[in-house]
Parts: sequence; C-alpha cells; structure tokens
Amino acid sequence: MPQMNMIQALNSAQDIMLGRDPHVVIIGEDIGYFGGVFRTTDGLQRKYGEHRVIDAPIAEGGIIGAVIGMAVNGLRPIAEIQFADYIYPGFDQIASQLARIRYRTAGDFFTPVTIRTPCGGGIRGGQTHSQSPEGLFTHVSGLKVIMPSNPYDAKGLLISAIEDDDPVIFFEPKRIYNGPFDGDPDKPAVPWSTHEKGEVPEEYYTVPIGRAEVVEEGEDLTVLCYGTMVHVAQAAARRVEADAEIVDLRTLAPLDVDTIRKSVEKTGRCVVVHEATRFSGYGAELTATVQEECFYHLEAPIERVCGWDTPYPHAFEWDYFPGQKRVAAAIEKVLEAE
Amino acid sequence: MSRKPTLHVPHTPARPGEDPDFSYVQISEAGAVERPEINTRVRDMVHLSEDMVRVLDEQHKGNGPWNPHLDEHDLQVGLRHMLLTRLFDERMVRMQRQGRISFYMQSLGEEAISVAAAQALAPSDMLFPHYRTQGLQIARGRNPVDLMCQCLSNSRDMCKGRQMPIMYHWARGNIFSVSGNLTVQYPHAVGWAMAAAIKGEDDVAAAWIGEGSTAEADFHHAMTFAAVYQAPVILNVINNQWAISTFQGFAGGERRTFAARGPGYGIASIRVDGNDFLAVYAVTRWAAERARRGHGPTLIEHVTYRVGAHSTSDDPSRYRPRDEAKAWPLGDPVERLKQHMIVEGMWSDERHDKLIDELRDYVTECWEEACSYGTMTEGPFLDRNELFEDVYKDMPKHLIEQRERLRALDADWDGE
Repeated sequence: MPQMNMIQALNSAQDIMLGRDPHVVIIGEDIGYFGGVFRTTDGLQRKYGEHRVIDAPIAEGGIIGAVIGMAVNGLRPIAEIQFADYIYPGFDQIASQLARIRYRTAGDFFTPVTIRTPCGGGIRGGQTHSQSPEGLFTHVSGLKVIMPSNPYDAKGLLISAIEDDDPVIFFEPKRIYNGPFDGDPDKPAVPWSTHEKGEVPEEYYTVPIGRAEVVEEGEDLTVLCYGTMVHVAQAAARRVEADAEIVDLRTLAPLDVDTIRKSVEKTGRCVVVHEATRFSGYGAELTATVQEECFYHLEAPIERVCGWDTPYPHAFEWDYFPGQKRVAAAIEKVLEAE
Repeated sequence: MSRKPTLHVPHTPARPGEDPDFSYVQISEAGAVERPEINTRVRDMVHLSEDMVRVLDEQHKGNGPWNPHLDEHDLQVGLRHMLLTRLFDERMVRMQRQGRISFYMQSLGEEAISVAAAQALAPSDMLFPHYRTQGLQIARGRNPVDLMCQCLSNSRDMCKGRQMPIMYHWARGNIFSVSGNLTVQYPHAVGWAMAAAIKGEDDVAAAWIGEGSTAEADFHHAMTFAAVYQAPVILNVINNQWAISTFQGFAGGERRTFAARGPGYGIASIRVDGNDFLAVYAVTRWAAERARRGHGPTLIEHVTYRVGAHSTSDDPSRYRPRDEAKAWPLGDPVERLKQHMIVEGMWSDERHDKLIDELRDYVTECWEEACSYGTMTEGPFLDRNELFEDVYKDMPKHLIEQRERLRALDADWDGE
C-alpha cells in the first residue's frame, strides 16, 4: 500500500476528481501555477489546465461568491481558502447564501461546493494562522462540516465532499499535514509513514460523511475529539494508562450521535476535546448531546478541554494549546469522580 | 491659510417641505452620445461612464446611434410588459394595504430597466435579480399567478413558504433567487459567467443591484473577478436616487457617477437614461454582444427615480419632498414609450387605455386564481413538513427527529 502524508492524500483526491468529473474545478489563492502554499494542489494546473485549476485574486468573499455562481451553472467547484483565519470575508456568502440556496428555492437551485481550508494551531502561526472556527459553521443549517485526522480519511472524505450535492466546509488540521502530532512540541516530528492511516490507496475510494470512527476501543471513558486532537487524546490516555475509548468524529455536522451514544452508554464517562475556544464552542454542543442522550448512563460530569477563551497567541502557544497534560488531567478527573 | 479637516456628511438636496432639486443629475442630449464598437478598449470609452445614453427626446422621437430601431411588435411587447408590471405592482400594494399579503416592493417608475433588459437578452442568458426587478419575470413570460402565490405563501408558492414576498426565483426561466442580503448576487453572476466561459458556452449572465448596494464589499469582489477573468457578465446598477432614506450621495455618488467606477477596474461602463426604454434596450444589447463575443464585462448605471416607497413598510414623506417624483427630469418610462409610439403612428390614447383595462382585468383574474390556491387565512395551506425539507438533499437524522417532535407536539396538546 502506498504511503501518503495528508497533503499528498488531499492532492490525490482532487487529482482523481478532476480526472473523473469535467465539472470539478478548483479556485483559490496561489493554488494554480504555484500549487498552493501547502502544496495541496501541486501539479494539478499543469495536468488539468488553468481553466480547471484557477488562481484567484486575494478576495475570499469573491472566491466563495463566485463558486456559488459556478455551482448554479452546473460546475462542482472546490474553493481553497488559504487559512481558515481568512474565511471571514466570505462568511456572509457561506452563511446566508451557500448554506440556504437549496432551502430558499425549494430545491430548484443547489450548490455542490466544497470549501477546503487549513485550520488549527501548533505551527507558530499566531492569531491569524492558527484558528479553529468550525463552531461558527456547524451552527449554520444547510452546511456539512468535516475535519479529518489522518491521510486515509482526508482523501476518502474529500472525495465524498466533492461528490456531495450539499455545500461542505472541509477543515484540514495543518499541524498534522506532514505527520501525526501528539501534542508534545519538544519531541521530534513523526512522519505519516509510521502510522497505519498513512497507508492510502492510489485509486478512488470514499469515506462516508456523517460517520464517526472509534479509533481506540476502551471501557473506562469516552473521549470525543477530531482533527489534531485525536492524536493528542490518544497520547494523553496512554500517559495516564487510561482504558479510554477514543472517538474521532470526522464529520462535525451532521453529527454521528449513534456512535457517541453507544460509546458513552458503555463507558459512562466522557471528555470532550477541541482546539477551538471553549465558550459557545462546538464542545458545548457535544456536551449537551451526551447529557441529553446518555444522562442515565453518566457516572461523572462531562469535562471539556479546549483552547482558552483568548485569541490564539504567538509566544504562549503551548500554554494555549490543549496539549497532553490538560487532556490527561481531564481524563483523570473524570475517572476519579465517584 | 491652514484649515482643519471636517467630517463631510452628504446632504440630501431636498428634504420634506423643501423644493425638489435634481440639479445634480447630469443629463446628455438624446442622440448625442456616440456608440462605440463592441470591442472598444475600456480606456477609449471612459466618457460613456460620465455621459448619459439617451434615445428619446422631448418630442418623443428616437435619436442617434443608440436608437435600436425596434419594430412595432417589439415596442408593443415592451409597453405591454411595463404596463403589466405596473398594474401587477399596483394590485399587490393594494392587497398588502388590505392585509392580504405581509409585505411588498413595487418598481413604479423603474419598469423600463428590467423589461427592456429582459427583451434585449437571450432566453438562455441567466438573470440574477434584486428585489425591484419583477419586470424581468413578467418580460420573460412568467405567469403572474406564480408570483402572487409566492407573495401569499400558499400551496403553490415556488419557495414553499420559506421566503418573504417578492423573493422569487424561476429555474426554468433562468432567473435566480432574490436575496434579502444585498449585492450577494453580483459575485454569483460573475461566477456563473465564468462557468459559462469554462464550459465554452456563449450564454451571458446579468445582475442588478441598487446604487446604495454598491457600497457593499461584494460589489468590489464582483468587479474585480469580472475584470480579472473577463467574465461574460453585465453588472447593472439601478441608481434610483434613494436607498430607503439616504440619497445616492451616501453610497459615494456625490462626486462621480456610479458607472465611473467601472473604468478603474478595467470594465467597460455606460451610464444610461433608465427611463428611456429604447436606450436601456440598446445599451443592454451592446453589453450582451460584447460579452457574448468574448470582449468581457460591462457595468451599466441606469439613472432613474424610485417613485414609490422603498417597501410597504416605508413612508418616504418623512425624508423627501412629497412632490419630488413630479420634478424628476427624466419623466416616466411608460409614458415616454407610449408617446414615442403615438408619434411614430403605431399607437393611440384609446388603444393605450384599452390595453390598461385589459391588463387590469387580467391581473384581477390572476389574483383570484392565486387566492384559489390558498391565502394567508384560508387554505389550501402548504404542508407543514416542508419546513424541514431541502435544508439538505437528503434529510439528516436530527431533522427527521425534529420534524417528529413538531408532529408530536400537536398530538400531545390536542384537545387541551
């Protein structure tokens, strides 16, 4: 089986879809001739031409507005927003247009658009290159929101997103583009070739939208996480020798409640982990869902481990980042509760 | 002598109780503005963004190189569609006043802009309307019953009760959905046009916004993308002088025209008398040909006047002189086309009055038919389950559960 890092896997997904479907186009800043600042579209313009892989002006609102029009005219566009931190100029087009065109036209028009955007911290990016704004998008009815945690899922989910007839916001945790990151910045970087999910088929395959995956089975507690935090949670559980069931949500909306319910009913304890800020964050939705679905199985209050409610800092990155210690402390707290 | 900067707040030329003042509107003589070839470079036609293309003169004759020389049939179709739009509006405003619909926006005085454009474009060209371009629907042959059913949110509402009145769409007629958020359709039109070019098709897109909405970022986005990719798109600005209570100076129109923004982006731009049916037709035709032959986008500023209130929720007597419409120097588009056709010997007052009576009866028939599909108070009503449909292509589990919860609510509380 070939080895790919997440960038190669995302590139492969786009390559395959450009080849399979003449209606697929990609547009974004620096994505054409240059191949993207993270190289996720490397070589694609050379292969498919500048009418299919299109360099865009620096105008995220314009990019998203334009892909909506393209989708209405029968294309199946992928828009790359260079950093999730830059997506806000396009927010009106996403929240009040893209997400609602099918609804407001009673299905007469629809917009099969995929918006890819690198998110998350751990790269010394400060507050303009580190944000995790997924909760702003999961709150918008009509959007599907995805964040993969490994190359295999990234490729399969991106192909599913491109083929989906609804708009999808596809967050790429850039800290794990090149290798799984367990939250310890002092350890040497590990490549994806050391991880089983770094084995990625060359050919077409899909990973279904809307299904979480239990990446580690356990009996004592459930950790709900996604993106980079899947790897941090696994390391934290090992560190305190907890028999944790790690659930990688993969799709944030629509949420796979069945997998969550099944796991928490079994373990009776739950920790929710994400990089994004805590207050009104996506973790609040997860916590409320577990409370509603599993209250009589819970043996301890649910713990949330999130970014602090500050802007993402530059100098204090590892104090901000919800790393192994904080996740481990929450696991211990939940396990100790009577 | 040194001066300190002071904050300039644009002042409307006339407020209630003052005499209307349109001296700021620069008007060219009918027939005086040249008509460039469709492939003219932007830099060689900059003056067209400051002049005003006009065909009809004070004597109601057609003049100059922009005269499209439409035949009798085309003129009658145009007049009929403008009148139908006006009578449709008149009826719907009355129905709102009677509480039969919740809200309405009329296009009184602006009918030429959408009717002439729809007539000048090909049926396969895609239109991205704003909220005062119902004439596009009428001119493309939409049954007024469909529009009325939307305003009534009844069992035949094309939007299935999901939109306020007037937020129509028509997929089969190639008219996109009206948005309450403004200017958003501008980049949509550009993207649609880019897709047409990518696919190698020769359809063009056209979009409309008001002059007030040019202040939105999406105007800039659309102009940039249209220019960069030379998208086959026509971007129309309807300058009707008023954005609810603020005059056009508040959108930046005090020192330069709205069309003058185009050349700065590298976009061919034309300012046109929006109440001159022939001029709007001719300019739209020019822009469509330019786009269709691969010479790129055009920005058109239509100079007109919003005769009615912004919407049925608005009272313009609070912010502008009551008789301002009478002082508007470019007249009324219906009256001007009518007089032109009379002067040309193809129309008469009698025929005009007869047409009005015929169309008014037709609108009444349409209203009665629309009401037979349900009103706000009497059925048939929409199926309430529609609330949960079309959020996604396939209904996800949480929405199925919420739909069941709504159903159960009625069952649980039934007979209380």
